[in-house]
Amino acid sequence: MLGLSYLWAQTTLDPPGDPAWGKKLFESQCALCHGQTGTGGRGPNLHRPKLDHAPDDGALRKLISEGINPEMPGAWQLSAREVASVAAYVRALGTVPVEPVAGDPGRGAKVYLSKGCVGCHMIRGEGSGYGPELTGIGARRNAAYLRESVVAPEASVPEGFLLVEVATNAGTTERGVRLNEDTFSIQLKDAKGEFHSYRKADLKDIRKLRGKSPMPSYAGGLTPDELTDLVAYLASLRGQS
Amino acid sequence: MRRFILLLCTSVVFAQVPFERIVNADREPGNWLTYSRNYQGHRYTPLDQITPANVAGLKVKWAHQFPTGNNEVSPIVVDNVMFVTGPNEAEALDVHTGRSLWKWKRPIPEDYQNIGFGRVNRGAAILGDKLYVATLDCYLVALDAKSGQERWTTQVADYKPGYSMTMAPLAIKGKVVVGISGGEAGIRGFIDAYDAKTGQRSWRFYTIPGPGEPGHDSWRSDGWKTGGGSTWVTGSYDPQLNLVYWGVGNPGPDWNGDSRPGDNLYTCSLVALDGDTGALRWHFQFTPHDTHDWDSTHVPVIFDGEIRGKARKLIGVANRNAFYYVLDRQSGEFLAGKPYAKQTWATGLDDRGRPMVVPETEPSEKGTLVWPNLNGATVWFSPSYSPKAGLFYVAVRETGATYYKREADYKPGTFFAGGGQQELPNDDVWGAIKALEPTTGRQVWEFRLLSPPWAGVLSTAGGLVFSGSNEGNFYALDAKTGEPLWDFQTGGPIGANPISFNIDGRQHIAIAANRVLYVLGL
Repeated sequence: MLGLSYLWAQTTLDPPGDPAWGKKLFESQCALCHGQTGTGGRGPNLHRPKLDHAPDDGALRKLISEGINPEMPGAWQLSAREVASVAAYVRALGTVPVEPVAGDPGRGAKVYLSKGCVGCHMIRGEGSGYGPELTGIGARRNAAYLRESVVAPEASVPEGFLLVEVATNAGTTERGVRLNEDTFSIQLKDAKGEFHSYRKADLKDIRKLRGKSPMPSYAGGLTPDELTDLVAYLASLRGQS
Repeated sequence: MRRFILLLCTSVVFAQVPFERIVNADREPGNWLTYSRNYQGHRYTPLDQITPANVAGLKVKWAHQFPTGNNEVSPIVVDNVMFVTGPNEAEALDVHTGRSLWKWKRPIPEDYQNIGFGRVNRGAAILGDKLYVATLDCYLVALDAKSGQERWTTQVADYKPGYSMTMAPLAIKGKVVVGISGGEAGIRGFIDAYDAKTGQRSWRFYTIPGPGEPGHDSWRSDGWKTGGGSTWVTGSYDPQLNLVYWGVGNPGPDWNGDSRPGDNLYTCSLVALDGDTGALRWHFQFTPHDTHDWDSTHVPVIFDGEIRGKARKLIGVANRNAFYYVLDRQSGEFLAGKPYAKQTWATGLDDRGRPMVVPETEPSEKGTLVWPNLNGATVWFSPSYSPKAGLFYVAVRETGATYYKREADYKPGTFFAGGGQQELPNDDVWGAIKALEPTTGRQVWEFRLLSPPWAGVLSTAGGLVFSGSNEGNFYALDAKTGEPLWDFQTGGPIGANPISFNIDGRQHIAIAANRVLYVLGL
């Protein structure tokens, strides 16, 4: 009976993947397009908890094996175990493992509301969209990173988030988050959520405030317990469900 | 009567395109008869109606939507018909309206793999009454230019081990010259010529010499068998010398050179081949024993100029390795060279043009930061040469990368790369259109772009330079100063070469931007 159930498990379940082995395979087979550490190049950045073309592990394995027609070749030469290993590695890129976190998420949720975080952030459709969306932040960032982001937001500004200050030839200035930019124009969103679009020819100065964040430090605004609870709450946010 | 004249004006009269018409392309500037408009690789139009003074009035006249995205096509225009291509597809369009006249399609096999590049096609060639198209699954197809029906189909290579074709063929006297992709799949590269009438192969030049052939000793191992040397960008041609000039790609595996000691000829080289026989007249290797994927697959630019007081027949190349080179196109002699973009891998070029390589700039286990990145300071998209302005224009990518070296095991039809790169963050890189003095490479002006571009350059007798950006801007610069004069948001990333042609005697410009081909005029 034991033997039978073992056989059943062998034939019906996908083989387990080894992320360390998957890393090696990824670097030799996938890095050309996705970058050596998966942060993207010709292909997309894979450091994200949800992949557009692969909602679950089965889909991810199928995608690695068969490719995406026409932009990504399939890795038909890899065995099922190798595919599973690459999938395990890719999945780990965008997701931090669940870890025990000190503090009370329930109390943290109240801190989040009372300290005005909703003024800039959105969770499950509630709040404002000026800052990063946080519904799945606990799956992308570990507790230490989240704590640092609350007390020293400028220690690690999220990728793609850039604060810009422009001065127009007409003498006005504006400060906002960069929404888009090309060689000839730039689009900003100010703290009130208003959009601004400029032709660069109409600007006398564009200052890209790299490493700057519109988010204030909450180091002085939270008690140690409040901070711990808030981090516990954020770490508990691992997706829509 | 009025109706009759209108009909006459818009009727499509398609004539044959003998070799002599392409040789004398300047006599009919309203057409665009070959990939770079002329055999010299200039991507320059003698048309001069659109000027710095009126370019602000350019408007979209019509647009054509392709069935797939990321189009890299450079159209051909012959006698009021525009020919465009996509992956395994070709279509004839009426230049007055953009309406389709015929379509041709060849199915892409289910098991076809594009290893190391996108599913694209950069254009067609025309000769006589036939249009020549190269396919991803490695067939050269001759279509009847009037109907799109197949005249002949010849297999160039087997796609299964990784051979493919994305370039526009080059039609010369009685022959159609093609190159192949597959430099990341351990192929052995070649350049082929086929009889334009029958499709029979006329000659083949292997870019990786076999045992007993000159250059084979530059491979001090069996690495030559999987040595790469792809030929995936259309070359240029000197009808007087009857020489075909073609760039050769990187050696394989790309980033791990351990299995292929030696200079690895003729990878990362320019070769000059006899148009009748394919015999090698000369070669010049830009990057010996490359380990950064710096294919020398560019359109080489033919021009005449004075070097150290002597009139010379020249050929200029802005290379992926960030150096600009001037060679004698009769002998291959190195005459001048200098960097045109940031590079950190060589202290310069010696008297014979060989790079003096900085130690420890090869990819490594831990990663080695080097400029330029693997896509190079420029790549497949075309440069432009304006005989009127006396300038060489090139779209430049100013970005480095951390290069990694990894194991490479050859399995036919899979990646054989031996590493990869990690790109710099977006805001640390930029792009430019640069104008160089053709005989020296000295920079005359630059126009900065937000990001490293993927679009080629068109220069015009009207005094303009056109190109596109990743962010969708199609724009015009003053050819003498680089000053921006006009720009238009196309709505899609531009990774194609612009062309110019006439509709009813009026100058127009065409550019593909992702899924859409725009035709613009005053």
